[in-house]
Amino acid sequence: MIPELGHFALILAFVVSIAQGVLPLVGAGSGKLGGQAQWIALARPAAQTQFLLIAVAFGCLAQSFLANDFSVSYVAQHSNTQLPSLYRFSAVWGGHEGSLLLWVLMLAGWGAAVSLASRRLPEVMVARVLGVLGLVGIGLLAFVLFTSSPFERLLPAATEGRDLNPLLQDPGLVFHPPMLYMGYVGFSVAFAFAIAALISGRLDAAWARWSRPWTTAAWVFLTLGIALGSWWAYYELGWGGWWFWDPVENASFLPWLVGTALIHSLAVTEKRGAFKNWTVLLAIAAFSLSLLGTFLVRSGVLTSVHAFASDPRRGVFILVLLAVVVGTSLTLFAWRAPKVSAGGSFGLVSRETLLLMNNVLLVVATGSVLLGTIYPLLIDALGMGKLSVGPPYFNAVFVPVMVPLLLLMAIGPMARWKHADLKAIAGRLRVSLALAAIAGIGLPLLMGAWTPLTAMSSLLAVWIVASGVFQIIERMKTGQPSASFWGMHIAHFGIAVFVFGVAMVGGYQEEKDVRMEPGDTVQVGGYGFRLIEVNDAPGPNYRAAVGSVELSKDGRVLKTMYPEKRSYFSSQMPMTEAAIDAGFTRDVYVSLGEPLGDKGAWSVRVYFKPFVDWIWAGCLLMGLGGFVAMLDRRYRLRLKVGAGVTAGVAA
Amino acid sequence: MKQRFLIPLAVFFVLVIFLAIGLTLNPRDLPSPLKDKPAPAFTLPQLAAADKTFSPADLKGKVWLLNVWASWCVSCRQEHPLLVSFSKENNLPIIGLNYKDQLADAKNWLARFGDPYLLSAVDADGRVGINYGVYGVPETYVIDKAGTIRLKHTGPITPESLKTQILPLVAELSK
Repeated sequence: MIPELGHFALILAFVVSIAQGVLPLVGAGSGKLGGQAQWIALARPAAQTQFLLIAVAFGCLAQSFLANDFSVSYVAQHSNTQLPSLYRFSAVWGGHEGSLLLWVLMLAGWGAAVSLASRRLPEVMVARVLGVLGLVGIGLLAFVLFTSSPFERLLPAATEGRDLNPLLQDPGLVFHPPMLYMGYVGFSVAFAFAIAALISGRLDAAWARWSRPWTTAAWVFLTLGIALGSWWAYYELGWGGWWFWDPVENASFLPWLVGTALIHSLAVTEKRGAFKNWTVLLAIAAFSLSLLGTFLVRSGVLTSVHAFASDPRRGVFILVLLAVVVGTSLTLFAWRAPKVSAGGSFGLVSRETLLLMNNVLLVVATGSVLLGTIYPLLIDALGMGKLSVGPPYFNAVFVPVMVPLLLLMAIGPMARWKHADLKAIAGRLRVSLALAAIAGIGLPLLMGAWTPLTAMSSLLAVWIVASGVFQIIERMKTGQPSASFWGMHIAHFGIAVFVFGVAMVGGYQEEKDVRMEPGDTVQVGGYGFRLIEVNDAPGPNYRAAVGSVELSKDGRVLKTMYPEKRSYFSSQMPMTEAAIDAGFTRDVYVSLGEPLGDKGAWSVRVYFKPFVDWIWAGCLLMGLGGFVAMLDRRYRLRLKVGAGVTAGVAA
Repeated sequence: MKQRFLIPLAVFFVLVIFLAIGLTLNPRDLPSPLKDKPAPAFTLPQLAAADKTFSPADLKGKVWLLNVWASWCVSCRQEHPLLVSFSKENNLPIIGLNYKDQLADAKNWLARFGDPYLLSAVDADGRVGINYGVYGVPETYVIDKAGTIRLKHTGPITPESLKTQILPLVAELSK
């Protein structure tokens, strides 16, 4: 009964999304006719109703999981009576159908949020934004209902479920998909604002100001979602890596890169009225790449460690959806963009120019990652064979683009709008440059070995931080800076911390893959690891071999670590649970491989990873920066029509 | 000048074409180096009767399928009904290679979902699988009368792949 209720709620949501996608847009388009005001007014309640209905559907599916209702095919495939209840809940998004349901729930959630937090916006604008979100909702709900319903019955019911993929039975995976989807789907709001602005023909500073906090919010979620995924891969896969340039990772990274470009471009459009067409294009691109990511992951056109069961019909459906959504948007863009005024002019040396360079570099980075991701597909489609593109390609194309971006990052915020004085900037950066140079030479030597890459990264990290601190001190002299100012600098510090972490791990990590018998000791990174024993231990739905490894430094015993090798009953899949001793300046990491022979020997992998946690700390800082920037007062002020410097350059 | 605003649309259009072609291809469809090579020999105990063994040489002079399966493999369950109904309608011998599985689980699995196999050989440690270059379970090999591998199918067999690839090849080889 409950699954049918859920299915019914989903069908109702589909009907409501049609109303939300059509009526407000028609109402907003037909001018001052009295009757149309009601259609415009329909947008808000429709968006909220849609969210409630999908939430009911989601709740029904969750209930089926918690109640072990194996007469629901999706539940039978992704759950098991022995599964702990937290994972039974997170199993809701453990497979294709449920994760799409989460996708539409997020989409409707963002729509409802816009409907509640848009009291200060003109009604017509709200109607258009929610209308566009409604149209996107129609497509995705149709996708769920017609190709991927999670409520399909399995009759006769299975007596026991097949269990959730053991890789997904982890706290990190409980939060990773929702965060990531919040980000992915959040770009739909920036997209809807851009399309609404294109429809109305009013691409002005007000539009940029409205969409800024929403874009930043989506970006924050995406940043945290990607970071969680990376952290999970680090401790759960047992390979000690934190980023693999896997197609599915790239699928989430592409919208992030474009989203980052969009945040910066929106700043120019808001403050100076320039880059309007460019900003709109980025907003369309960010959401398009989110959809493309969904396509790449869900259609099975690329092989990946995230191998989801793929169904060609679903692939066709998403591809058509992608073609319709992006195709119409870009057609609308090609039609409207030529009529948009160029906006404020600016000098060769100005903040606008620097932000333009930021955008160009980020877009080049996006292009090269996108190319590497779909290159195997292109080559296969051209009949030129099978190949896979690995980390060497990505590192080779990505790093050279990032270096100038990071160099400019310290300069950009110092430059004035419109026209900046190069000499003055150079003067203010003198101290930072000196500190950066010292760091570039000194830090790698302090770590034991000087390599160009670690030197470059240390230099860049200190360059960014020093310049940021200098600007904050300078700014504090003239009163309390705005939340945006703080947000920007916190996020930039996050980048610096991240870069430093990446460089230190890349340059100075040590690893050993050894055969150990109980009593054996191995030395890595100045630490001693002694395998004491490996014991069997039962878990709720698995059997584990738990190793006891004694960690010591300079002969002093620090602690005992317990890496696990689990074998899950239902799937017989072996899983590695690494033991990690995390620290501010280093992690030590032990994972059990396979048992070797009958003397109780195991293959053991031991890593010493300096500053690895800085990678995720940097991401957290970026997220925090975005969050602080959203709190800026000016987003909460009622917009005065025609007020401010931007009015003169508005279209 | 206006044409430049059509560039994004044009680029996207080209991308969609490639994605559409990509959909018709299977990235897991890896060319097997063993194609047109003799099927690697092995002798393994049979699942149903551990005292008997099976070796590819036993089927010399016949066209047969070698299907790699395991009870822990979700895609095998998806493929299984097709194999069961196929085995009822055809006389083509299908040999199962039970890959890295537990005996009891494998037997239960066949009892529950049906047994399309003439017999299943037990490859408990996956050694034979390595010789065959097993990439993922399920996989299916078409082996001809001379004991040569003529086709390797990676992933579950679908009604389409059965109709368009496997059956025509089997018919041709059986002549």
